[in-house]
Amino acid sequence: MKRVLHTPISDADLLDIKAGDIVYLTGHIVTCRDVAHRRVIELGQDLPYDIAGKAIFHAGPIVEPTSEGYRMVAIGPTTSMRMERFEAEFIAATGVKVVVGKGGMGAKTAAACREHKALHCVFPGGCAVLGATAVEELEGVEWLDLGMPEAFWIMRVKELGPLIVSIDVHGNNLFETNKALYTERKDAVAQAIARQMRS
Amino acid sequence: MTDNVAELTSLIARFLDIVGKRLPDDVMQRLTEMRTDAAAGLEQVIYDSMFENMAQAQALNRPICQDTGVISFYVKVGSDSKLLPILKEALTKGVLEATVSSPLRHNAVAILDEKNTATNTGERIPFIYWDIVPGNEVEIEAYMAGGGGSLPGRAITLMPSAGYDGVAKYVLDTMVELGVNACPPLLVGVGIAGSAEIASLLSKKAILRPLGTSHPNPRGTQFEQLLAEGLNNLGVGAQGLPGKAFVMGVHVETAARHPSSLSVGVSVGCWAHRRGTLVLHDDLTYELVSHRGVAI
Repeated sequence: MKRVLHTPISDADLLDIKAGDIVYLTGHIVTCRDVAHRRVIELGQDLPYDIAGKAIFHAGPIVEPTSEGYRMVAIGPTTSMRMERFEAEFIAATGVKVVVGKGGMGAKTAAACREHKALHCVFPGGCAVLGATAVEELEGVEWLDLGMPEAFWIMRVKELGPLIVSIDVHGNNLFETNKALYTERKDAVAQAIARQMRS
Repeated sequence: MTDNVAELTSLIARFLDIVGKRLPDDVMQRLTEMRTDAAAGLEQVIYDSMFENMAQAQALNRPICQDTGVISFYVKVGSDSKLLPILKEALTKGVLEATVSSPLRHNAVAILDEKNTATNTGERIPFIYWDIVPGNEVEIEAYMAGGGGSLPGRAITLMPSAGYDGVAKYVLDTMVELGVNACPPLLVGVGIAGSAEIASLLSKKAILRPLGTSHPNPRGTQFEQLLAEGLNNLGVGAQGLPGKAFVMGVHVETAARHPSSLSVGVSVGCWAHRRGTLVLHDDLTYELVSHRGVAI
């Protein structure tokens, strides 16, 4: 059964969702990546649009101008870890409930997800046409001075997903848990290669 | 000659359009095989999304991934090719044209000014690497180097006493620390040389080698296989989540080194490994070697 989150999202909507679960998103999501995070946290600027209870997408889309505005051509996730420096404060400052990107995020973000009841989710990287076809309407754009990839694109989506929950509201962090496992196995692999290459 | 520039520019733009929207034959074949072996659950869900996405990209004529990368060309130009005088101009203009016609994302940010040029061209970009070969053919490898795939790229110069153990450890460390976030299954390129810049360049050339090829030295082939098996035994799967296979392959490229240094470069290609190979003749006839049966 498809679990669909609808914006505005409340704390209660997220309590039973666990890291590793798959969810979909319907409602409002905005692109927000490197420079937008820096503007809010380092430069203290206000976001041009209220995202409390809504979602952000670590993404830089391909957008095409049309006679009426813009058309979403392709949108998929970018590496979330680049936003690790800012994300905890960003979640606290904005009240965002779902952060969508790819790859994992670190301990600071996981702590913020626990404290402020938010999720980090992975949308499969490189699946930008799937992302674009989930966009029902491109409602607006702000901060276009940052260029196409970094601008703040405001979208209404229908069942955007699959979104794999990587950090849940209890602070469980799928990637950090797995990374510990991978690291443990890595030493044995390195030793086996070393033995073979010396012989 | 002016007509030739326009014709070649248009051909390059259409070539780039295909590279952004269809994966090369060798990558498609490898991913198709890997999909059948994927672990049930999350990894299978991700492979299903990848293949559905590729089908939609075809149906809607759109780039597979929104990050169409920094456009790089690795060119082998015949010393007798008549295209030599117009090639650089046509490659650059082809990027400008494809940026609008395909369309491609704007991915050239001027250093120091920190402004996106919004054309995919800029200082030393598109990146063009030239090799001179005998004959009159031109072989163009186009590569869309995405940001996520470029983030794990790094190089180090080791003491020679570190040996191949040191090289293997550096590759494994890089992959577990950074490769997991770079859209696995990855194609990993390892350059081994006597200085960091040679090793880095070779690591990039390594991921442009088609899947199924191997290092010419049997010890090199063995090293590639050991690294690939080792990486695939870590339990990392698609998108860096638990699964069966971390990598599509590992390619090693080498250059003779200085007796006192051992440098290693690592580059990765994401699963959407958008590489194309175009062979051009003086009369502008061509073969699209990487995508058989696809018309430009």
